Amino acid sequence: MTRTRGGVFSCGSLLCPPSRHLFLHPSIPPSLHRILSLLLWKTFTFDKQTFHHPSSHHTARHVVFSGDRMITLLTVISVVLLASVPRSESIVIYTGWERHALVGSDVRLSCSFFSWHWTSEDVTFSWSYRPDGAKDSISIFHYTGGAPYVDNKGPFRDRLEFVGNPARRDGSILLKNLDFGDNGTFTCDAKNPPDIVGRSSSVRLLVFEKVPVQAGVITGAIIGVVLGLLVLVVAIYYLMRFLVARRVFSLSVSKKKGKGKEGSQQKQIF
Amino acid sequence: MLVVLVGVMILHLLDLILLIISTALNAWLVDGDLSTDLWYGCTSKNGGYHCKQSISEDWLQAVQALMVLSVLFCLLSFVFFLCQLFTLVKGGRFYFTAIFQILASLFVMSGAIIYTVMNNGPESSSYGHAYVLAWVAFPLSLVSGLIYIVLRKKE
Repeated sequence: MTRTRGGVFSCGSLLCPPSRHLFLHPSIPPSLHRILSLLLWKTFTFDKQTFHHPSSHHTARHVVFSGDRMITLLTVISVVLLASVPRSESIVIYTGWERHALVGSDVRLSCSFFSWHWTSEDVTFSWSYRPDGAKDSISIFHYTGGAPYVDNKGPFRDRLEFVGNPARRDGSILLKNLDFGDNGTFTCDAKNPPDIVGRSSSVRLLVFEKVPVQAGVITGAIIGVVLGLLVLVVAIYYLMRFLVARRVFSLSVSKKKGKGKEGSQQKQIF
Repeated sequence: MLVVLVGVMILHLLDLILLIISTALNAWLVDGDLSTDLWYGCTSKNGGYHCKQSISEDWLQAVQALMVLSVLFCLLSFVFFLCQLFTLVKGGRFYFTAIFQILASLFVMSGAIIYTVMNNGPESSSYGHAYVLAWVAFPLSLVSGLIYIVLRKKE
């Protein structure tokens, strides 16, 4: 398809012929395919009267876009694609990717899930922790039967608190008084019966002595401020020049109305 | 007059080139075969060439910003010099050019001073040639700026 002036597309061999030459996605059933291709063809309607290109010498067919037909087509396509997406019965768990925290501070590790079923009363959350460099993970938190069970023997005893809301599908925990030994990967696993198939999600905790400055932030800030000041100074300079010129001009005009000769004299000085 | 003009322009261009080399080369600190700062620290051990980013400390980022600004201002002052060469009245001085050039020299000086004070390389490290070029570019740009203050346009 080549674009000519005025937004008119002259069609090649692909879209002009009838719908059977149009090939859409193979996952679409054939009846729907026929309807869609007909709609596509009707959208790019053949309308010579409205858009006649004056300089067209060749007899190629010009096709133009029809607005509301486009909208109908897009709606139908999106509905078809949504319907053809397989409804997976698995649960999808969301945690963060990485969490940065300072030594001695508290950090909240959030975990929530998406499930096609309503939140049941037997929903369970469990958190496990794998230190950096270790191969095994230990379980540090479990919520089941409506009650949370926190770690009382492991590395997080007395430092773990459940701050989530299972009714709202939130299984977040709060780690208090962090130390360098808490660097590691925390994995959240949630189950919402009968939706129990799903992958658990992990968040990495990084504990810093002081928060590192990202590379380039200060550089960019300094450069931006200095260049901005430069532009500001130049703008003010030109503005002052413009204002001074204007004030002189208005002064001479008012004096001209009152006294006449003095105004013209003042104009001569400046 | 043409000799003076050409000489001043050559000085300015030399200063610009020194500034660009000093900013772009990663050779402010040298330690054996590791040459580092301002942007990357590269070492050529075991036949390969490995580079990793320089530490993102705040003072190093300030040095980066000041060196980039000095290059920008030196370039701007050269452009203004060429502009003013044609638009200035007879007997006028190149104040605009001089301001930008002196600002560029101040930025280079600040950047070099901050780097000197704050760098903490190992005992065996020494300053590289990019660092030396920065310190050479500072008096060069200062002198160039002062020349522009004194220089007067003649026919």
